[in-house]
Amino acid sequence: MNIYVLLKRTFDTEEKISISNGRIEDDGAEFIINPYDEYAVEEAINLRDAHGGEVTVVTIGEEDAEKQLRTALAMGADKAVLINTEDDLEEGDQFTTVKILEAFFEDKEADIILGGNVAIDEASGQVGPRLAERLNMPCVTTITSIDIDGSDVQIERDVEGDVEKVETTLPLIVTCQQGLNEPRYPSLPGIMKAKKKPLEELEIDDLDLDEDEVEPKTKTIEIFLPPEKQAGKVLEGETDDQVKELVSLLKTEAKVL
Amino acid sequence: MSKKVLVIGEAREGTLRNVTFEAIAAANIISDGGEVVGVLCGSDSLEDMGKEMIYYGADRVITVANEELKTYTSDGYGQAVLSVIDDETPEGIVMGHTSIGKDLTPKLASRLESGLISDATEVVAEGGRIVFTRPIYSGKAFEKKEITEGLTFATIRPNNIPAAARDEGRAGEVTEKSVDVQNIRTIIKEVIRKSTDGVDLSEAKVVIAGGRGVKSAEGFEPLEELAELLGGTVGASRGACDAGYCDYSLQIGQTGKVITPDLYIACGISGAIQHLAGMSNSKVIVAINKDPEANIFNVADYGIVGDLFDVLPKLIEEIKQMKVNA
Repeated sequence: MNIYVLLKRTFDTEEKISISNGRIEDDGAEFIINPYDEYAVEEAINLRDAHGGEVTVVTIGEEDAEKQLRTALAMGADKAVLINTEDDLEEGDQFTTVKILEAFFEDKEADIILGGNVAIDEASGQVGPRLAERLNMPCVTTITSIDIDGSDVQIERDVEGDVEKVETTLPLIVTCQQGLNEPRYPSLPGIMKAKKKPLEELEIDDLDLDEDEVEPKTKTIEIFLPPEKQAGKVLEGETDDQVKELVSLLKTEAKVL
Repeated sequence: MSKKVLVIGEAREGTLRNVTFEAIAAANIISDGGEVVGVLCGSDSLEDMGKEMIYYGADRVITVANEELKTYTSDGYGQAVLSVIDDETPEGIVMGHTSIGKDLTPKLASRLESGLISDATEVVAEGGRIVFTRPIYSGKAFEKKEITEGLTFATIRPNNIPAAARDEGRAGEVTEKSVDVQNIRTIIKEVIRKSTDGVDLSEAKVVIAGGRGVKSAEGFEPLEELAELLGGTVGASRGACDAGYCDYSLQIGQTGKVITPDLYIACGISGAIQHLAGMSNSKVIVAINKDPEANIFNVADYGIVGDLFDVLPKLIEEIKQMKVNA
């Protein structure tokens, strides 16, 4: 099977967030594979081990994203592709991303493309379904299990807590939800092997795209932090008194009762 | 400049979700005196729901009824809504940022080669342009965004943009459109319902949530009692779900539901970042936890350090008393 994974390098949102010059400060920040994309990498490796074929991990970003691609290779992916937009694009949005991916996948004959259902930084969750539409492939979002038999595919997906059982066929795009699997940690031999695995670097030029074609349709005007929350009131005294005070505060101060 | 804006309505078990009415309110901001047109897909008569959308501020509604639209599929709904978009050529589209909204809108935006702003919590008209606010980085920051070209297309987070008051005096046309729905490539074989009946967690005004501190499935009983008393519903942290105390459909957080109720009472929840991503924008947060160092106290407006099994029964009594006195 010809298996592809869409991967995004993201800021680890467990870190403290600060803003400088109107942007999220990323100096010294920890970057990771978007956790939902990790499920996609793990599932892709499992599918390859069960059905044969090859796993290619694709990312769009800057030179630095090589580190996350090497991690995916160390987990067990076979090949990686970095579409480097550092020199060509100042800004992009999901339209931009998908335009680039559409051009990339044009001649790839993918059987299945897996991605995370959302990235934890910008959290739009658009790329999977958008790409499916461009490639005219069916798309199943937020999957929690997948079973492939020939070209028939059985999927379970999470729909706001309910489980939906879906039947579809390859070629297919899926986006992964927590619960699909437990992503492995790269092993030491895996890390050694990853250094020698092919990592191809492309620019949008190589995909016959120019900057105008991928111009975003949206613009970020401002990034800001939520207003600093005033320190909450930890109530004191006996439990009975605390409860009385709480009800009174909820009624008169917070006005929610 | 006034615009024609489409609102894609969404029902759950035969009733329109509240976020549909909030989407109509957002559409009215975007349309700036233009026209707000509702769209409904389903298999039965959608006339009553169409009227309901009009009562909440839509000017007219187009319904597409077809056996193939009985349950949501992205192909089926995609074809139905695209056909309405072709007829109407709107300048804006709004939908709720729900499971269906998240699945359908990127597909439509991609087909229409348009931008899409997902999960907006605020929509304002500012000097001729429409500015959306949306949370990023797990709710730790916000961005203001606008569409620079083409369709003004957005999904809105439930419980953030107030719906207009229902007005039965409003009149408008509900027209039926027939669409030939075919070639559905993803067949839904079965839906295993896990969500509880009653108040929808993502739209509830009051949420009483339990964490590992609840200790067992039975431990959720006082939380349920308090939720019922306040007309709200029960939620949970991932820890409580993983421990098997409750179903994953109740999970609040980055992976589960992202909610913005008026009142959130966290019982025995430590407050991991993934959990905070799902609830930190709640209007009022109360934390009840034995551990005074628990992270949840950092986002709480009011905190009680104590055993939830001691605090909750007293809180229930006190609120009952308050209701009697009122």
